[in-house]
Amino acid sequence: MKRIYMDHAATTPVRPEVLEAMLPYFNSEFGNPSSVYSWGRAARKALDNARDQVSALLGASPSEIVFTSGGSEGANLAIKGVAWADQNRGKHIITSAIEHHAVLDAVLWLEKQGFEVTILPVDEYGLVSPAQVEAALRPDTILVSIMHANNEVGTIQPISEIGAIVRRHGAKFHTDAVQTAGVLDLNVEALNVDLLSISAHKFYGPKGVGALYVRKGVRLSPLIHGGGQEKRRRAGTENVAGIVGLAKAFALAQEEREQENARLIKLRDRLISGLSRIPHTRVNGHLEQRLPNNVNVCFGFIEGESMLLNLDLRGIAASSGSACTSGSLDPSHVLLAMGLSHEIAHGSLRLTLGRENTEEDVEFVLQEIPGIVERLRAMSPLYQG
Amino acid sequence: MYSEKVMDHFTNPRNVGEIPDASGVGEVGNARCGDIMKMWIKVENNIITDIKFKTFGCGAAIATSSMITEMAKGKTLEEAEQITNQQVAEALEGLPPVKMHCSNLAAEALGAAIADYRKKTAPTA
Repeated sequence: MKRIYMDHAATTPVRPEVLEAMLPYFNSEFGNPSSVYSWGRAARKALDNARDQVSALLGASPSEIVFTSGGSEGANLAIKGVAWADQNRGKHIITSAIEHHAVLDAVLWLEKQGFEVTILPVDEYGLVSPAQVEAALRPDTILVSIMHANNEVGTIQPISEIGAIVRRHGAKFHTDAVQTAGVLDLNVEALNVDLLSISAHKFYGPKGVGALYVRKGVRLSPLIHGGGQEKRRRAGTENVAGIVGLAKAFALAQEEREQENARLIKLRDRLISGLSRIPHTRVNGHLEQRLPNNVNVCFGFIEGESMLLNLDLRGIAASSGSACTSGSLDPSHVLLAMGLSHEIAHGSLRLTLGRENTEEDVEFVLQEIPGIVERLRAMSPLYQG
Repeated sequence: MYSEKVMDHFTNPRNVGEIPDASGVGEVGNARCGDIMKMWIKVENNIITDIKFKTFGCGAAIATSSMITEMAKGKTLEEAEQITNQQVAEALEGLPPVKMHCSNLAAEALGAAIADYRKKTAPTA
């Protein structure tokens, strides 16, 4: 059976060129970058090159890059790091209701530690309003964290505009750019951000490695204490192979992004228009300010997990915001924040396209889904024909 | 994550549908938490001669609904009332732990259908 992977927002395969670049650092060049002898120097050189490459892609300086274990660590380091370092200046933090749990849960944990938190609502398209950010800012606000694009519905936030507002008020601004690295322009000057986190496995790099941009002058308390690595902001021997892979994958993605985005947008729009023909279907997220690879729809009267199981039986990998797949009793917090009812949110389906997907894949998916929806609806006590 | 038996009942659910002249109808769960089971039973001489269901829910919800219809058909009402959610899960060769509470409602749905039948047939005072 042909297998079609359409869950690239969850993770992506490592590109062959990336894997090849990484391999030497597992054995022949296995040295510790902190060692003085030749093995160490070779590893140090690879690390320095990767840092130069990543910083150049972000329009930053090499010393402003901290390599991490991925998006969750990056978000935690940015949020807790700034909160702990700046708590004498104030204890107020602002974020939005549709953030990834790595951000939301870190902020809510800080709230338990005595910080004050404002969680901004979003509109029906999942957009955060810059005016609401401005209204929420207080003299004691030390940090604002708003994601660049949402992982579930693909809505792209006006980060540059929000960043300018936050800067005017003297707070630090973090954006979770895990979904946009290699997809949108991540120039940190243009985005007006102080901190920005990315994760390699979302752009065809390896899992377990990420990077956090920290603007010069932004103070950060480390999460991990120990050695002096990453300018004392993240102790632990560097994941050299992973970091080399991250830099290579990021460079390739940035190089190809315009051409690839144009291709993906065509496939995405074909999927959205095809799925919209199914009765009682709504498209979630913003139609224009949207990631090129994201499709998110709700089919009324059916539940997401049973849809995913049916798709899996036909070789199609997708995801859903139903309670069963969110790991809690509630469906997706993102869809609920956008004003969807629990009942509708349980029937969400996310398809996220990637490099290997073709027009043929899209047509196959469009051919399979209507029958699955129809069959599940015939079985649903909510559906009245 | 699901047993073969669950997947079998999920992909080929038994007794899906409605019984227009049902002796009893029961519905449990709610759309908020993502599971609704509705069950129709036909009772003749205290025996469940036919049973059908419709379910809105995940794989486990659909499989447990299907399984209990097989278990209950041909049983007396008293026997059918003895079926527990635990027995349904065991007949399906187990359910993932997370599904044991949220999607394992089939015995309640059957119980509700039997209660509805009893209410309808109770001698009016």
